[in-house]
Amino acid sequence: MSEHAIEAVGLRRTYRSRTGWLRPQRREVEAVRGVDLTVGNGELFGLLGPNGAGKTTTIKLLNTLLIPTAGEARICGFDVVRQTREVRRRIGYVFGGDRGLYDRLSARDNLRYFAELYGVPGREQKRRIAELLDLVRLSGRENDRVEGYSRGMRQRLHIARGLLHRPRVLFLDEPSIGVDPVAARELRQTVADLAATGTTVLLTTHYMAEADELCGRIAVIANGTIQALGTPAELRHHADGRQVLEVEAYGVGDAQLAVIHALPGVREASVVVTGAAQVLTVQSDAGVDVQADVLRALDGVRLGRVTARQPTLEDAYVAIVNRVDAQALPVEAVAV
Amino acid sequence: MIAVGALLHAKQLSRSPFEIATALIVPVVQATLAVYLFRAGGEPGRLLEAAVGAGLMGVWSSVLFGSGGAIQNQRWQGTLEMIMLAPRPPALVVLPITLATALTGTYAMVATLAWGRLLYGIPLTFAHPLAFAVAVPGCIIGLGMFGLLLASTFVLLRNANALTNTLEYPIWLVSGMLVPITALPGWTGPIAAVLPTTWGARAVREAATGSGPTWPSLGICLAISLACLALGAIMMTHVERRARAAATLALA
Ligand SMILES: Nc1ncnc2c1ncn2[C@@H]1O[C@H](COP(=O)(O)OP(=O)(O)OP(=O)(O)O)[C@@H](O)[C@H]1O
Ligand SMILES: [Mg+2]
Repeated sequence: MSEHAIEAVGLRRTYRSRTGWLRPQRREVEAVRGVDLTVGNGELFGLLGPNGAGKTTTIKLLNTLLIPTAGEARICGFDVVRQTREVRRRIGYVFGGDRGLYDRLSARDNLRYFAELYGVPGREQKRRIAELLDLVRLSGRENDRVEGYSRGMRQRLHIARGLLHRPRVLFLDEPSIGVDPVAARELRQTVADLAATGTTVLLTTHYMAEADELCGRIAVIANGTIQALGTPAELRHHADGRQVLEVEAYGVGDAQLAVIHALPGVREASVVVTGAAQVLTVQSDAGVDVQADVLRALDGVRLGRVTARQPTLEDAYVAIVNRVDAQALPVEAVAV
Repeated sequence: MIAVGALLHAKQLSRSPFEIATALIVPVVQATLAVYLFRAGGEPGRLLEAAVGAGLMGVWSSVLFGSGGAIQNQRWQGTLEMIMLAPRPPALVVLPITLATALTGTYAMVATLAWGRLLYGIPLTFAHPLAFAVAVPGCIIGLGMFGLLLASTFVLLRNANALTNTLEYPIWLVSGMLVPITALPGWTGPIAAVLPTTWGARAVREAATGSGPTWPSLGICLAISLACLALGAIMMTHVERRARAAATLALA
């Protein structure tokens, strides 16, 4: 057995597509541009990145659904292009969203079909399916058609399907999307248990807390390349020397945000709407007290609570991703 | 695995409201069509033959739209990727689907005959009931295998629907499901001879009317179908790779 569950060297993938019939135009998207990755056996590895960063593409390159344009990848020592079947025997794939199931069949029939496809021995199937239905708490509803399931139930069925054949390496692409908080916590527990029993997990998510809690190591991917890689604690260092100011506000405009961005010492500034209120998050150099300047810039805006705090993983993530954006901008300007 | 797969896919297919509506209406239309065509031709004695032909058309439509449509549906549902991830030869993964469509197509055959009997009083007296009972499933399995060959093109092409539509009627005609082959222009002969549908239709017709021995035609149908299966399997493996390179397994 290979000592690494996942190895990728110089992985690249370009999508070519044609649009238009009369005047066909070729469009190329470089989704993944040189990803190097090694994940050890039993490791729980997180892949974070903004929308369109290339996370799903990376996963599909590793799980044999796509053939890389360049580079190589191995799962448990087997090449994903040349030893496809060996790889497929050892991997499970779960993606977020409610597609990927036979809607007009029951959960049990869905699992039975995939158990058969994925080569679960006949005499084991019944027990394994019951076990998994229990695990994802669908027992009791297993004979209902999937079309009547809620989003979260579908997601849980997805997970059960991915585990049918006891894969050694599990790819989870945003598995907690649309799952309620209680179920999400159970899902995290399940994933942690799997990793504890030796399953290697590659997880993508947009929930920083989830990644922070679960993952031993995290890679932040943006623009198709890995920007930072390390334990959550190591990644947090990317926000070292910074402090964070959070201001609850009602009615911050783009102009004010731009002013805050330009203040001396301010590194990042963003607004997130939570219910009726906005939360303005300002990252600044630790040595500079920007609070007075920020509040002055917000003159005339109704404000709520103001808090200063230490940076979290999310702040580090924002710092890493924004650094990439800042670098990418001039390049695009030249290309246009 | 093939049996379980075919069964479950048939279950999934037969529960689609669209399929059910089609399945209810189409046989009636086909039975009617067959009856009027032959009445107009002044050959009421061949009504049964017409009805059987119409039924076969139903099976064929089901296989064609099935193998094409099923692959397309799976792409929409996002299940195409999931089944292709199975550690199996891709042909084995897809075969149950095409068999399932042929299976649901059988229903079209039965329904057409039943409606023909009910509405138009076509006598259901088969010359060789036993041969008929064997020829129909044989023909359907043959069509299912032929479907695999078709399906391989659908895995690759993202807008395969256009192809399905262009194939439906010509193959009905060329295979002599409705009109005797002898009534067609000569150049269609060779095409008809290599299509398993031709021989399947002939076998079924022979069994129904006693116009000839059933077994040779059925044998040829199955032989060609097996060749299609072999070719389809090779194509499928090749096509699966192409699809992974071209990223056509998923929608986006
Ligand atoms: N089949 C495809 N054809 C063409 N372009 C594609 C295809 N799939 C993805 N892309 C493009 O590749 C890039 C990376 O997409 P990918 O799905 O890997 O992103 P992601 O990191 O998973 O994003 P998200 O967080 O939204 O899931 C995007 O620019 C996307 O538009
Ligand atoms: Mg994605």
